[in-house]
Amino acid sequence: MKLLLVGEVRDDRLTAETAELSGFAARLDAEVSMVLAGSADALPSFAGRLYLADLETCGEFSSDVHKRLVLDAIEREQPDAVVLLHSSYGWDLAPRLAAAMQSAQVSGVVGLDDGGYVVESCNGKMRRTVRPLTDFAVLTIQPGAFAAAPMAGSPDVIAIEAAPDSAIEFLGCIEPERGIDLSRAGVIVSAGRGVGGADQVELVRALASALGGEVGASRPVVDAGWLERARQVGSSGQSVSPSLYVACGISGAIQHLAGMKGSGFVLAINTDRDAPIASVADLLVVADLAEFLPALTAALEQR
Amino acid sequence: MNILVCIKQVPDMEGRFEPNEAGSWFDEVGLAWRMNEYDAFAVEEAVRLKERLGGEARVTALCVGPARVVETLRKALSMGCDDAVHIDDPEAPERDPWQIASMIVGFAAGRGFELVFTGMQSEDRSSAQVGLLVAERLGVTCATGITAFEWRDGAITVEREIEGGRSCTLRLKAPALLTCQQGLNSPRYPTLPNIMKSKRAKLTVLTPESVGLEPPKASSGNFRPHERNAAGVILDGDAVTLAAQVLEILETRTAVLGKGGVR
Ligand SMILES: Cc1cc2nc3c(=O)[nH]c(=O)nc-3n(C[C@H](O)[C@H](O)[C@H](O)COP(=O)(O)OP(=O)(O)OC[C@H]3O[C@@H](n4cnc5c(N)ncnc54)[C@H](O)[C@@H]3O)c2cc1C
Repeated sequence: MKLLLVGEVRDDRLTAETAELSGFAARLDAEVSMVLAGSADALPSFAGRLYLADLETCGEFSSDVHKRLVLDAIEREQPDAVVLLHSSYGWDLAPRLAAAMQSAQVSGVVGLDDGGYVVESCNGKMRRTVRPLTDFAVLTIQPGAFAAAPMAGSPDVIAIEAAPDSAIEFLGCIEPERGIDLSRAGVIVSAGRGVGGADQVELVRALASALGGEVGASRPVVDAGWLERARQVGSSGQSVSPSLYVACGISGAIQHLAGMKGSGFVLAINTDRDAPIASVADLLVVADLAEFLPALTAALEQR
Repeated sequence: MNILVCIKQVPDMEGRFEPNEAGSWFDEVGLAWRMNEYDAFAVEEAVRLKERLGGEARVTALCVGPARVVETLRKALSMGCDDAVHIDDPEAPERDPWQIASMIVGFAAGRGFELVFTGMQSEDRSSAQVGLLVAERLGVTCATGITAFEWRDGAITVEREIEGGRSCTLRLKAPALLTCQQGLNSPRYPTLPNIMKSKRAKLTVLTPESVGLEPPKASSGNFRPHERNAAGVILDGDAVTLAAQVLEILETRTAVLGKGGVR
C-alpha cells in the first residue's frame, strides 16, 4: 500500500501530531511519501519523497491553495490513499480532495478492522467500520488514536508550487482568553450539559471546593455562558492531567476526551450507563447528579 | 436573496442504540428524534440574517431523509425558515456523504442560492463531509466550523475555530457555503403561533432520483458499542450509599484525599 501523508504546520512548525500519520502508515506497513507546505529551513525528519511548497507563499489558511498542492502531489505520486489528521486543517481539506478525486473519504479513523477503518458514531457512544469502494481514498485520522512513530532520516525533497490566489482571505488569529490554568490542577471537577442549568453549576463548584480542586467544563456549558470559556476542557480548550478528574453530566465526546484522557483517576457521574465517558472512566456512578453531588459533597465534608 | 439551510434529523444521543439486523447501523425502534445540534446553529444564523435584511431574503430548509424528518423540517419553519424541501429517501440514514451531497447538489444547482448554511457535522455519523462536498461540487467558496458570521453586501467575514481555543478570521465572497460549529449562536425557541403555522405549511417533496442520487463511494458496517474501560467499575443505587462507596474508592485508589481530611 502506498500512502501520501499530508503534514501539518502551525505557527511555522510541523505539528507533533504529524508523527501520528507516520504511526498510522506503520500500522498498515505502507510505503510513504509526504506533502507539506512548510519551510526548507525546518524539514521534517522523514525518509522518503517530500513534496514541499513554500508556506509563506501558500498561506496557512488558504484551503484552496493547499488543495491544489496536494492534488499535484497525488498526480505525481499516484498513492492508494492520502492521509490527513482529523484536525481543523485536515477535516477542512479532506473533502475538497475527495470531491476533486471523486473518491471515498473516511473521516476520523480511530482503528483498523480487517481491511476497513473504524470510526466513531453517535457522539462516541458507538463505532462502525467504513470501507472505501473506490480505488483511491482520502483518510483523516483522529488525533491521539495512533501512536506517533519516531520520525528519522532526511527527505528527498521535491519542490512544488501552486498558484497562490485564494478565494479565502486570512485576516488574523484570535488568541484564547486565558487566566485560568487548569493544566497543573491536581483535582478537576467538570460540569457538562447534564447539569441542566447555570444555577446547578453550584453543585459542581461545591464538590470541587470539598475536594480542593478546580472547576472545569465541557464546551456546551461554556457556550451557554454557565462557566467562563477559559475553563473549557478538550481539543478546542485546555488539555489537563489531574490525579482525579470528575466528569459531571458529560457524555464523553472524543473532543472532550482528547483534553482529559491523561488524567489519573476518572470518576464519571451520568444517568446514562452507556455514555461514552465509560470508555475512560475508572468509576462510573449511574445517578442523577442533582442527588448524588450534594451527597458526595456532604460525605467529604463530614470526614 | 436566496439562502439554503441543510439540516438532518438525528436520534437523541442518550437513547439506547441496538444494531439493526444487518449490523450496518442502528435499529430505529424506541429512539427519539430531533434536529442535529450543529444544524440548529445553521438555521438560526440563516434566519437572523434574513431578519437583518428585512424582507429581501428567503430561507429554504432542505432535509434528506425518511418520512420522520418532516417533523424536523417543521421545526425549521417554526424557527423562521420560509420554505421546506423534503427529499424523501427511506434509505438516507445509511447513505454515504457522497450520496447525500449528490442529492443536495442536484436540488441546489441552478437555483441561485447566494448562501448555504449547514452544520459542521452530524452527531450520529460525524463525517463532516457533506457541506464541503456540496460547496466543491457547486463551485462556491466554503469556510468550515464557523463560530461568528458577518454579512455586508456579499462580503462575508467569519471566525473559524482552530485548535487550542484559537480562532482565525477569514473573509470570503458570496456565493458561499458555511458549516456551523457550536457557539455560533443560541438557537431560538419557536413561539406557539409559529409552531401552529408551521404545522399547516406545505412542504415540497422530491424523490432521490429526481435530484440525481449517485452511487456510494464507501460502505459502512459492523455497528457496535464503544468498548468500556475494562478495568472500570460501575455503581448505582441510592445517593447516600453511593456517596459512601465512592468516598471509600477515592480513599484507596487515589492520593487526593489525605488522611484526616481533605488536602
Ligand atoms: C471540532 C470540535 C471541537 C470540539 N471541542 C470540544 C472541546 O474542546 N471540549 C468539549 O467538551 N467539547 C468539544 N466539542 C463538542 C463535543 O463534540 C460534544 O458536543 C460536547 O463535549 C458535549 O458536551 P457534554 O458532554 O457536556 O454534553 P452532552 O453530550 O449533551 O452530554 C450530557 C450528558 O449528561 C448526562 N446527563 C443528563 N442529565 C443528567 C443528570 N441529571 N445527571 C447526570 N447525568 C446527566 C447525559 O446522559 C449525557 O451523557 C467539540 C466538537 C467539535 C466538532
